[in-house]
Order: sequence, then structure tokens, then C-alpha cells
Amino acid sequence: MNRTLPRYLLLSAAVAGSLSLLALRPSAPAAVVADPNNAGLKLPAGFGALVVAETGGRARHLVVTPKGILYVKLNRPDKSGRGILKLTPNVGGKVTVAGGFGNYGGTGISLKDGYLYASSDEDVYRYKLDGNGEVTNPTAPEKIVTGLINRRQHESKSIVLDNAGNLYVNIGAYSNSCQEQDRQKGSMGQPNCPILEQAGGIWQFRADKPNQGYAEGTRYATGLRNVVGLDWNSQANQLFVMQHGRDQLHDIFPELYDTKQSAELPAECLYALTKGANAGWPYVYYDGQQRKLMQAPEYGGDGKKEATGNYLQPAAAYPAHTAPNALLFYTGTMFPEKYRHGAFIAFHGSWNRAPEPQKGYYVVFQPFKDGKPSGNWEVFADNFAGTPEKAAAGRPDHKPCGLAQGPDGSLYVSDDSKGTIYRIVYTQKKS
Amino acid sequence: MKRFFVLLAAVTLLHGAAVAQQKKPVAKKPAGKPATAMPAARLAAGKTVYTQNCLTCHMADGGGVEGMNPPLSKTTWVLGDKTRLVGVVLNGLQDQDIDGEPYRNVMPAQNQLTDQQIADVLTYVRNSFGNKASAVTPAEVKAARAANKK
Ligand code: HEC
Repeated sequence: MNRTLPRYLLLSAAVAGSLSLLALRPSAPAAVVADPNNAGLKLPAGFGALVVAETGGRARHLVVTPKGILYVKLNRPDKSGRGILKLTPNVGGKVTVAGGFGNYGGTGISLKDGYLYASSDEDVYRYKLDGNGEVTNPTAPEKIVTGLINRRQHESKSIVLDNAGNLYVNIGAYSNSCQEQDRQKGSMGQPNCPILEQAGGIWQFRADKPNQGYAEGTRYATGLRNVVGLDWNSQANQLFVMQHGRDQLHDIFPELYDTKQSAELPAECLYALTKGANAGWPYVYYDGQQRKLMQAPEYGGDGKKEATGNYLQPAAAYPAHTAPNALLFYTGTMFPEKYRHGAFIAFHGSWNRAPEPQKGYYVVFQPFKDGKPSGNWEVFADNFAGTPEKAAAGRPDHKPCGLAQGPDGSLYVSDDSKGTIYRIVYTQKKS
Repeated sequence: MKRFFVLLAAVTLLHGAAVAQQKKPVAKKPAGKPATAMPAARLAAGKTVYTQNCLTCHMADGGGVEGMNPPLSKTTWVLGDKTRLVGVVLNGLQDQDIDGEPYRNVMPAQNQLTDQQIADVLTYVRNSFGNKASAVTPAEVKAARAANKK
């Protein structure tokens, strides 16, 4: 108590300070001020950006409450043992770290019906929120899902909820392509890939039932190597996911693929899922240049053979290895009409394109119409890397990882490299 | 007589060249340690093996990939016990923290590489990316491979 008291005093002093600052401003207190350089980002005309906070943590996914509180999931608890940071509004549209809880690292975080859901790499927890969006039980969350596989590869458990009381959890395959020897040159695929029993798909659980394990969950969709970005599309009433495509075609089968093909072919794909869907991993990969599902070389493919088997076709495809780590359907009204109900996708950036230049480190916009991708995607926010050279070298300053929509329609982006939190706003008057 | 002078000049020249050649590496080495020159040909051969088998994960600059593939600069694995280091290439590595950091990927076994190739690539790694350490010889790899089989 004697530790929290001075903190409280400090905090109230800070709040009082910012209030008086606000009082001096002639503009509305909610005024959001873009940084002079738009936080170093390249944006379409009419948009601006600001750094709202530097958390210094590995900021994975994040959410914003209706009152503008940010909850940010850290991949690893910070020095104070906080795996979830709470940031509260400050002046100019910025936020300040005002606490934290949840002594576990992880990726997933989601808001639904008065609860905050968050995941470790094995479990999903939920916290009750009060009317102000404050967590009421920070040290005693309910454990909703438990005992999911974590083998230190594709370990993150991203989460999202639908509008019917269900929770969806990605369980990534702990493998590149289900070889007998993972990532080893020439090693062939395991017949009837056993990994798919407990991973390599999306599992569905009840959102309100404690301690569900594999036995209580349903394998909602399979054949998905690893999904980090996923979102529920309320227009189509459907789950959409971004798969991380396979790596190392050349390393493993140098006689079938050269380094350039290895870097360019296996696209990152957007899938529209329905219950029971099978996207085909590890038996197939999607060749983004031919726009075809191809048989994986571990399972008899040779770079030319099209996939055999009836697998889900992607809804859209993006450059290979660029690592889509967040998907967000934009429902706000701040941005111009064309963005409404479209998808933003945060690409964390590649590593498996070497010796070709690396790519990604940007946020893409994918237009949608009536719940389906419609028209070409475009890079929306670029230059998280700092310079094109840093991007090409795979040595970016920042790596976009999470996306969230603010109550006013701002788009928040988290960076899990330095822990920077960005806010992108539309600054131009709409005509 | 003329011949003698030519010979003398040649000897002097040669001697001078030899001294000059010796001077460089000696000057670089810390006093007390025998100078083990790293032949450029071995480093070049090692770089070729690295480019074909290691670069995709550990990157051209040896800096690795944050949280996924560890760097190869000044780690206790690269600079430490050579048998353990050879073992990483022969057996691969998984679920090991590297100098306190976890990495979320696997290193595949690369035991298809010859003793010479492993010696070359590890010599290259131990003398690149800011590292400066003794060479790994094919004999050392051979011994490690034999011990590894048991
Ligand atoms: C598929 C990616 C991949 C390839 C290819 C690869 N490595 Fe690794 N390497 C890793 C990963 C991942 C680890 C860490 C494993 C762990 O933490 O358990 C690692 C660990 C190591 C380590 C010990 C840790 C350190 O950083 O000092 C060394 C040394 C090493 N690798 C050298 C090599 C060499 C030499 C080659 C080529 C002959 C190679 N690696 C190829 C992924 C790879």
C-alpha cells in the first residue's frame, strides 16, 4: 500500500497536469496531433500518424476499449513481470503506460462482451471489465482454454471471438512442412501428417466455459501451417485468417527450386473459413505467381505438379515470406468510405527470402465488398523499417505485429521489435 | 662477381619480402600467442558452405533473426568448445536457449556435409561477424563425428 500511494499521487498529479494543459488548449480535448514526420511512416494522402507510446516491450497484439484504454500483449513479461500492459489516454492522442498484469508472455488479445481475453503460448485467459474498461480481476483471471501444444515453433496462440459465444484459437504446426526431419535437406513428408491432430489449424471453444482442453474443443479448420493474424468478419459472419506460407523450398530441394523461386513462390494467403475447411498444409502450397495450389515437394511435388486433393482456395494472396501477423476488418467511419469493411493486414517482414532482398514491414489494405476481397491490395502504411536498405537487409527498425481500431476509427499498430505503438488517423476533411 | 651481386640483391629482396610478410600478422596478434594464420582459401571455402547451408537462417551478416534464429557473433556456442560446436552442425539444435535467449525455430542436422566442409564453415564462422577464434580442422570434425555416433 505504501508503495502504491506515492504512485497514485504521482499519477493524479500527472492527470491534473494534463488536464490543465488541456484546459489551455482552445481545441477539443480529444484532438489528436500527428507527429511532424508522421512517425516516420509513408501514408496515403490525407493520413497522418503519431507514436502514441514507446513501451520497450515485445508488443504483439493489442486492443482499444471504447474509452480509449489500450491493452497490449507482450511476448515476454517486462521487468515488472507484466505480460499485458495497460495504457491510458494522455494529451494529443497519446497514451501512457499506467499499469499491467498477467505474468505470462504470449500474442493473442481480444475484447468481447465486457471481457478481455488474452493468451499465453499454451492457454487462454479472460478478465472481467467494468463499465470504464478497467480489468476487475487482474490477478485472478478465468482460465478458459488450457494445455495447447507449444513446441517453440509457430507457438503463438492468436485469438478472436465471433458473435455467437465462440472463441477461435490458432494452434500453429510445430514444423515447416511436416518432414520426417524438420527443415532438413531432402527429408520427405510424414505420411498422413500426424501434427494435424493437435496443431496446424484453428480450434473453436466456448467463450465462457473454464478449463477447456483439446477434448472440449473442435478442430474448426485444418491444413493451416501457422496463423498469427485472424479476424471475424461481421458482414460475412465468417472467420478470416492469414496463413504464413512454407519456408525453404530451395534449402530442402535445391534441385527443384532455385533461391529466387524459393523467395518468391509460396505466397502468404488469406482464407475465408467455414467449419471443416482444409487449406491443405503440408501437402500443398499456393504458388502466388501461377496462382495455383501446387503439390509440396515433400509429398511428391516437383515445382510443376498441381495439387491433388480438394483443398480450400485462398481468398487472396500476398508476397512470399512477408509474415502477416495481424488482420483487422475496419468498421470505423474516420477513414474514407473505401476503407469501410475492408481488411488491414500487418506484415511483420521476411527472413526466408535471403539471399534475395527481404520484404514486408508494412501494413497493407485489402479492399472488400460484401464480405469478400474485391480488387487489388495496396501498401497502406510503409517504412516501419526506417529505410529501404534496412528493409532489404532484414534489419528493420520496427516490425508491425498487431492492429486495433480505436473508438474514433483510428488505426493502432504495435511493433514487437522496439515496442513502439503507432496511431494512424485521417487528418483531411472529407468532402 | 656480377653473379654474386645479383644473388645478393635477390636474397636481400626475398628477405625483405619475407620480413614484410611476417610483420603484418605478428603485429595483429596479441603478444604471447602463436600466430595461426587463417588461410584465405579456407575462409573462402567456408563462406561458400555458409552461403549454401546456413545463410537463409543466420543471414549474410551472421546477425540471425530476432526471436527465431540466433546470431553467430560472439555466442558461447561459436566461441566455445569445438566438439559442442561441431555437434550443432551434425545433430542440429532445438529447444535450447542461446546465451539466455529463446529462439522459436529449429536448426536442422547437416551431417551430409563432409568433415572438410564443416571444418571450413566453422572456421569461417569463428573468424567472421566480429569473431576471432582458432580454426576447426577436419581431424577435429572427424573425431567429433566419431564420438557423436556412440
Ligand atoms: C533452418 C534454419 C537454420 C539453418 C539452415 C542453420 N541454422 Fe544454425 N541455428 C538455427 C536455430 C533456430 C538455432 C537455435 C536452436 C535453439 O535455440 O535450440 C541455431 C543454432 C546454431 C548455433 C548455436 C547457437 C549460436 O547462435 O551460436 C550455431 C553455431 C549454428 N546454428 C550454426 C549454423 C551453421 C554453421 C549452419 C550451416 C551449416 C546453420 N547453423 C544452419 C537455425 C538454422
